Amino acid sequence: MTADLSIRNATKVFGAFRALDDVSLDIAAGEFIVLLGPSGCGKTTLLSILGGFIEPTSGMISIGGRDMTHVSPAKRPTTTMFQDYALFPHMCLRDNVGFGLRMRGMGKAERFEKAFSYLDLVGLKASSAKKPHELSGGQRQRVALARALAVDPDVLLLDEPLGALDLKLRRQMQDELKAIQKRVGTTFVHVTHDQEEAMAIADRIVVMNKGRIEDVGTPASIYMRPRSLFSAGFMGEANFLPARVLGASGGEVEVETALGRVVLPASAFTSGHPVAGRAVTLCIRPEHFRSANADAPTVSLGRGRITGSAFFGTHHRCHVSADGTTLTAHLPQTDSPEVGAELDLRLKADSIVVLEDGAGV
Amino acid sequence: MRHLSTALAALYAGLIYLFIFLPVVVLVLFSFQDGSLPVPPLNGLTLRWYEAIFADGKLMAALGNSLLVAVISSAVACVLGFLAAYAFARYTLPASGLLRGLIVAPMTVSTLIIGLGLLSMLNISGLRLSLVTVGIGHVVINLPLCFAIIYASMGGHQVNIERAARDLGAKDWQVMLLVTAPMLLPSILAAFFLSVTFSWDEFIVAFLLSRFDVTLPVEIWSMLRSGLDPKTNAIGSIVFLISVAFLVVMEFTVFRKTGKSS
Ligand SMILES: Nc1ncnc2c1ncn2[C@@H]1O[C@H](COP(=O)(O)OP(=O)(O)OP(=O)(O)O)[C@@H](O)[C@H]1O
Ligand SMILES: [Mg+2]
Repeated sequence: MTADLSIRNATKVFGAFRALDDVSLDIAAGEFIVLLGPSGCGKTTLLSILGGFIEPTSGMISIGGRDMTHVSPAKRPTTTMFQDYALFPHMCLRDNVGFGLRMRGMGKAERFEKAFSYLDLVGLKASSAKKPHELSGGQRQRVALARALAVDPDVLLLDEPLGALDLKLRRQMQDELKAIQKRVGTTFVHVTHDQEEAMAIADRIVVMNKGRIEDVGTPASIYMRPRSLFSAGFMGEANFLPARVLGASGGEVEVETALGRVVLPASAFTSGHPVAGRAVTLCIRPEHFRSANADAPTVSLGRGRITGSAFFGTHHRCHVSADGTTLTAHLPQTDSPEVGAELDLRLKADSIVVLEDGAGV
Repeated sequence: MRHLSTALAALYAGLIYLFIFLPVVVLVLFSFQDGSLPVPPLNGLTLRWYEAIFADGKLMAALGNSLLVAVISSAVACVLGFLAAYAFARYTLPASGLLRGLIVAPMTVSTLIIGLGLLSMLNISGLRLSLVTVGIGHVVINLPLCFAIIYASMGGHQVNIERAARDLGAKDWQVMLLVTAPMLLPSILAAFFLSVTFSWDEFIVAFLLSRFDVTLPVEIWSMLRSGLDPKTNAIGSIVFLISVAFLVVMEFTVFRKTGKSS
């Protein structure tokens, strides 16, 4: 089962602290949504409001078109997968997974059968008689998933479910989570502060900061066309170049930077509109400095000198100094950049994003 | 020098154990005394005093009463202690620190005072003295202990587990019965067995609050009034044996369990 979900102007105040500040978000049925943000930004608070563990100070939550703002967790069509798994330590896996069904009054035979089928889904059918303490972290995580899915929720809420796993296992579980979500079709709302994880699994990413939503979109649009400085910086490495709008005409905008004047398409403005005289920030991903030979219109930021370089496998990460500004550039792994060498700072005009100052940070 | 100090330490340890266990050893030894006085010299070994106590209907009835009171009063104390601990650990109560202190406070009050207080309360209420009143007294004595042990084992890490149970549709009583209590079983059992052993050889309250049906310590005390007799040694040995049995059971059920699952 699956349902859409709508959050309207949700605010949560703890004492004098606004953990959530006027958050609105619509989630479609069957979507895999990832809430991404640094520690303390209110991800768990938002998830707890969706699950019914805390009530918003103001605002409204509806699931499948029904108002759920003041409904208890047990009566919501949601289940939560907790960060510490919260498995029942005294029950075997079969009873853990069957617990929700037992609470719904399902008979033993039917319940066990369903529990087995969900354990099978996560590949743990053979261990159904084991207790949680006999399992590894990844296996516990799977049991928690099976337990939460066994009651057929419309929406599954996952609070950093992979946080306790080592990197390799985490990457593997991400793929599994994604595959299982596709299979069951339930709406997933997944919390993490790992942007790679977010990109690996999300249909849409919701970037949060200080209790607010900074940006919402597909992984590609968040990375390529971020709508706030915070979102741009959180989703990977970026060069931020302060600039001032000189003027706009016919879909092109001229801006002045420390590295000279450049002309950009108006679509580079992902937030707000170009207004002459306004201070803005150019956001340039380091890997975009490589595309100088393309046919597309290019922008030149002059030449720079490589002051440091390190090999990262997929690319060389170089520090480049140009007119007193330090930039980071990722050059192809086949290049052999040398310290002291000159670099042509040329890139595709449409790869630059212009953000208004004061939007985020 | 090293050898000397090791030897002295061993001697000291030996003396301490002797000091603790000698009375018990003497008690048990003279329960086999082939004679009518449980004092040296040991005339020979016999089982007739054990035969005598097992044939003594009053003594056996008292033993049964003691077990009954111990088990039932401990179970009641554990249930009440668990409920109180759950409330204190899971809800923010007004003046929670003070209230918690008040629950534990009776541990520091002498059983004589508690017994006398209960006696006058029972007089006022018109409840007649019986095994039930002894049981009530033992609940009063053991409740603080049960509360303290169970409360100490309720940590924040179980909160999410209870929350998960609620999320999956469990009602409050189902959470407590199916999730919290089983999770805390080791400490609940520890509280239960400890309070059983306390109740088992508690004398003052049992003496003050009973009349016709009495518990074993009270019966032994009335035997003692008619003078020393190896029979009292024999029943004392039985009391000791049962206490040890409780401890061994506790060791196996409680500590084995905690050792494994943590
Ligand atoms: N019950 C509470 N009382 C007071 N403040 C709280 C409470 N719960 C959360 N907060 C505060 O609200 C803010 C957001 O907390 P939240 O748990 O939602 O963060 P988070 O984004 O999940 O962070 P993390 O990634 O560290 O889990 C934090 O600054 C936290 O201190
Ligand atoms: Mg959190």
